[in-house]
Amino acid sequence: MRTILTALSVAAAFAAGPAMAQAYPNKPITMIVPFAAGGPTDVIARIAADNMSKTLGQQIVIENVAGAGGTTGSTRTAQSVPDGYTIMMGHMGTHGAAPALYPNLKYDPTKDFEPIGMVAGTPILIVAKKTFPAKDLKEFLAKAKADGDKINEAHAGIGSVSHTTCLLLNAQAGLKPTQVPYKGTGPALNDLVSGQVDFMCDQIVNLVEQIKGGNIKAYAIATPERSPALPDVPTTKEAGLPEYQVSAWNAMFAPKGTPKDITAKLNDALQKALADENTRKRLLELGAVLPDKAGQTQDALGTFVGQEVARWTPVIKASGAVGQ
Amino acid sequence: MEQLIDNLALGFGTALSLKNLALCFLGCMVGTLIGVLPGVGPIATIAMLLPITFGIDPTGALIMLAGIYYGAQYGGSTTAILVNIPGEATSVVTVLDGHQMARQGRAGVALGIAAIGSFIAGCVATVVIAALGEPLTKLAMLFGPAEYFSLMVMGLVFAVVLARGSLPKAIAMIVLGLLLSTVGTDLETGQERLTFGVAELSDGVDFAVLAMGIFGFAEIIRNLENPEARDVVRGKIGPLLPSWADFKQSIAPIARGTGLGAILGILPGNGAVLGPFASYTLEKKIAKDPSRFGRGAIEGVAGPEAANNAGAQTAFIPLLTLGIPPNAVMALMVGAMTIHGIIPGPQVVTKNPQLFWGMIASMWIGNLMLLIINLPLVGLWVRLLKVPYSLLYPAILLFCCIGIYSINNSTSDVLFTAFFGLVGYALIKFGYEPAPLLLGFVLGKLMEEKLRQALILSRGSFMTFVERPVSAGLLLVAAVMLAIALLPSIRKSRDEVFTE
Repeated sequence: MRTILTALSVAAAFAAGPAMAQAYPNKPITMIVPFAAGGPTDVIARIAADNMSKTLGQQIVIENVAGAGGTTGSTRTAQSVPDGYTIMMGHMGTHGAAPALYPNLKYDPTKDFEPIGMVAGTPILIVAKKTFPAKDLKEFLAKAKADGDKINEAHAGIGSVSHTTCLLLNAQAGLKPTQVPYKGTGPALNDLVSGQVDFMCDQIVNLVEQIKGGNIKAYAIATPERSPALPDVPTTKEAGLPEYQVSAWNAMFAPKGTPKDITAKLNDALQKALADENTRKRLLELGAVLPDKAGQTQDALGTFVGQEVARWTPVIKASGAVGQ
Repeated sequence: MEQLIDNLALGFGTALSLKNLALCFLGCMVGTLIGVLPGVGPIATIAMLLPITFGIDPTGALIMLAGIYYGAQYGGSTTAILVNIPGEATSVVTVLDGHQMARQGRAGVALGIAAIGSFIAGCVATVVIAALGEPLTKLAMLFGPAEYFSLMVMGLVFAVVLARGSLPKAIAMIVLGLLLSTVGTDLETGQERLTFGVAELSDGVDFAVLAMGIFGFAEIIRNLENPEARDVVRGKIGPLLPSWADFKQSIAPIARGTGLGAILGILPGNGAVLGPFASYTLEKKIAKDPSRFGRGAIEGVAGPEAANNAGAQTAFIPLLTLGIPPNAVMALMVGAMTIHGIIPGPQVVTKNPQLFWGMIASMWIGNLMLLIINLPLVGLWVRLLKVPYSLLYPAILLFCCIGIYSINNSTSDVLFTAFFGLVGYALIKFGYEPAPLLLGFVLGKLMEEKLRQALILSRGSFMTFVERPVSAGLLLVAAVMLAIALLPSIRKSRDEVFTE
């Protein structure tokens, strides 16, 4: 039934083709955010959508479709009618790590989407409880390596950003900590602040105030340059682990088959949003890193997704972690 | 002390501006409305209203969103009392005696005492947040996974004591609830459990889906069986304001409920859900005639309602002082703050004192507004009972479906609710109580998570639960309560209490 309906609406869309493309967008656009409202991806999506709505002259409505590490919402987007009225905010997990984590994934990040454009990356930090006996990253890595599985790493659940980015750290630095899973960043961070666990990796937006308040220690930020939000935290390059470069990126995608002129129009609105002073300011306040002009194109995102899938697959496969 | 007064003065100065007052009123009003509609919860509403707050300053936005949150707690009890549907985990207990009161023609009194109890609890909780917020946060930090697990064990013992009717049946329901809570992805390995390959079950069963199903849908199916029996109820509304005798009976439970709710609300990890259960159990334990409970005892409404509201407000403490959200609604508040460029954390108090104290002051103002909105509206809500069931039932079903759909924008959730409705109907027919099942379900999720975290941290040693003093203390309380409930000499009187 559903397929018939989809087929009918696709046919209708084609019949009305030229006229519709002229008028696009002539009704509100749904942007699926595959995570719960209030999280980092949701906040970035709402800030970008707010400005894009003004450019496009139509409201972009955020629809939170959370579940299965973001793959539920991504699957729904991939299977929706490619008319430009359903788009999504994808993410390092849904369009990078998911193919390795979920063996039964119903979409292929590289084949089932049209890239619209990169929105923002949020840098990853390596943080530890404030009483951890190491003053910098070198000491931390030495101690963590020597202690083997005696040291506890917290993460926000299998397939979460804090889980996969720490897998990469463990692989690169040769750590074998005991992993303690939580449901979400909040409870994990809570136990890090109270010292129940030793360290974790997570996005800057979740951590910045805890670091400034002295509740936890930050050893390094995994970006080429220091963040203006935390100018005292050295980069991984400065601190002696240059190969650890990772950020939880967020980018917009449309389902495969969305007309080129529509995705180009959306990309244009996104680039205008990223050039808008107020929108930039709001994103930068979150500690986000914005793509440069070359990184804002549709082609750049398409290439990047391929690199990300290739990068995460071996790390996750080696760890034996499975989502779902 | 002087500083506290200065701070509160700053807060009231901020909250009493015309614009913030209007936003507070709007939030409370919207909150009450969505609370009354079964299924439409504060999470979906706050998420939908987030874009509207873009244009307002952060303080005003948060005042409005907070108003929606505690307004919904008020409104939720209305639905629990009138139509026997708990909209939130925290109003499950209100259903037990509140709805019985409504059936006895005392719906007005039940709603009145719920509003008054919530108001008193709200006032006390506001003072607690202002005066003790920071020191209390340090206390809450003592709670690691082991302490949580022991707290949940205590909660399960409450569930046994809470049960009506046959004890084996109650335990069976709790165990079924625990079992349902294990459906979904395994926390540690990521493997699917009990999902039968259904993708929609990979994140487990949602609380709202289960609660709407076994309480809401099942209740409606049951009432369709014999509509005559309920006609008596809608004839009599009863007085709206509680009598002096009612009030005297309720004031001590309100005080105790406020205390329990406030303490449990501070605990990170949604300890607030335990508040109403704890209060109900306590009232039943110390009552002169516990057999009245479950049959319309006013203490069974007053205490848990106070605990519910106190917990809802003290849940702001970990958010405001630490920046760590204890539950899903608070996580959404974090999102709202970040969108406005304020990243919640320990520095909000010093960096944005106007926001911090303004919000606290607005909570007290909001509670007063809720009382003013709700007491006159009690008459209106009660009149809902006069709506012919041929209109009321389809309307309730429709709102439940909309509410459930709005949680995840998922149609399969609606189908699952219908399924649980049939299950709930079967349970009622066989004489099983749905409340222990729901409590087992709520506690089960947290319990498993905390048990496994505690055991990972202790490298598999169960001694961790007795070696840690706070955890050991909680387990001791649980053991004593269980002994009291099960000792033969007391069990005799218990049987008198629990058999109907």
